[in-house]
Amino acid sequence: MNLQNILSEIEKVDPEVYERLDTRRSAMKDFAGFSGKVALAALPLALGSMFKKAYGQTPTDVINTLQFALTLEYLEAAFYVGGVAGSGVQTTASAAALAALTKIRDHETTHVMYLKTVITALGSTPINSPVFDFTAGNGSNAGPFTGWNTNYDIFLAMAQTFEDTGVRAYKGSAGSLINNKDVLTAALNIHSVEARHASHLRQMRRARGVATGSPVYVGSIKPWIELNASNIGGAYAAAVAPNYAGEEITVQGGVDIVAVGGVSASAASACFDEPLTQAQVLAIVDPFIV
Amino acid sequence: MKREIASPPIQDEKLMTSFGLQRRNMLKFFGASAAVVALGTACNKNDTVVPATDTGVYLGTGDFQILNFAYALEQLEAAFYIQVVSATNFGTLFTADEQLYLSDIRDHEKAHREYFKAALGSNAIAGLTPDFSSIDFTTRAGVLTQAKAFEDTGVSAYNGAGRYIANVNYLLAAGKIVSVEARHAALIRDLISNGTFADNLDANAKDIEKTPSAVVDIANVYLAANSKISKRDLPA
Repeated sequence: MNLQNILSEIEKVDPEVYERLDTRRSAMKDFAGFSGKVALAALPLALGSMFKKAYGQTPTDVINTLQFALTLEYLEAAFYVGGVAGSGVQTTASAAALAALTKIRDHETTHVMYLKTVITALGSTPINSPVFDFTAGNGSNAGPFTGWNTNYDIFLAMAQTFEDTGVRAYKGSAGSLINNKDVLTAALNIHSVEARHASHLRQMRRARGVATGSPVYVGSIKPWIELNASNIGGAYAAAVAPNYAGEEITVQGGVDIVAVGGVSASAASACFDEPLTQAQVLAIVDPFIV
Repeated sequence: MKREIASPPIQDEKLMTSFGLQRRNMLKFFGASAAVVALGTACNKNDTVVPATDTGVYLGTGDFQILNFAYALEQLEAAFYIQVVSATNFGTLFTADEQLYLSDIRDHEKAHREYFKAALGSNAIAGLTPDFSSIDFTTRAGVLTQAKAFEDTGVSAYNGAGRYIANVNYLLAAGKIVSVEARHAALIRDLISNGTFADNLDANAKDIEKTPSAVVDIANVYLAANSKISKRDLPA
């Protein structure tokens, strides 16, 4: 274990690491003094306490959150790679729709590569991609979303749901990155891109729903989430309900948004997107992971 | 409807961060006139030079500074969409769907503005007076071009300010709002040219943040002379 190398690696991602540790010299001195008195087996513990000092949390929190984000990006990327190549999109999507879906696919695969790079730079090993079952059948390939890559309307409904859920997932994890400013900023800059995707997919679904009258479309969908409506119907409504649960709130930090804003409950709920915890997100995506 | 701007709010002493208190002491030490010259070399990179006559709206320090920063942006956005939707040409410039969307966005921005005002309470800056004389409200393209600028700037502003928020609850609140701004930005971009919802990203498919100071420079273009925001104490 070479501490110098570890700190150098962290410095690449967090240039302020030495400031967090007061100075490079005192960090090394603290560590040297500490390690002189402890057995070799205790070194990881000593390193952990140094990180605790730097970030107010162990790097494990940051790495775990990045691995969590990587898992979701793996899921999204594989979904679009398979879906865009599938017969549903290929036979049904307009040229503009195909271009948009291809663009989103490329963003998600780029996010995968980027997160792997960040995790590696932080001295950890990116997890491998899980094997996915996009029917949500836990590997049976016969779950409620059977037809995900052959039926364009099911595919679009799922894409919207994954993006809206991705927004909630990044939002719910931002707090665990609060002491690593550069990783936090990167996560925020991905978070808003997921929201841009969600906005466009919702516009696509609005246009498509009006045109086809498909039962997968319910109500009048907008680029934002009103109350906890998924605007997804038929047999799929129940399956996506947990993805939207909690979006309906209209009180923020004790402030009644309807009252102070003079707006409807729909607008008051739509103008704030709500977070999901990592545990909630993992429960939601579990059926998609073999 | 113009609201007069009050003098910059006095920060409650107990709410000042230690950084703020140090700065205040330092100013006393140097004396007001000498400080302008001395601060540039004597202080670390986080300090900004205080203009001799700093009459701009002061945002404060710490988390209240960032919340006031957001409050200022939301005031601008709300005022812009209120003017768009209430204009006599609104029904002719935009389709029924577009009118629905723009009316919704107006309501969202109003709600954001009032949320920050309520959350900040006595720490809130005054209501700002916009100056939209540079904006062309007479054409669809003029309105949408400006809306795109406001929304994309809003996204990059929240993303850039996140790192300066200390309280995790405020960070979450900002996160709840920025994704809605991103939904708006994507829609407006698509209304201008369908499919351009995320054509302003970096090579890693990420949005590009802006520093609070850079955002204030942009915001001040749309604020009246007596409502310009001061960059005093803002992170560079």
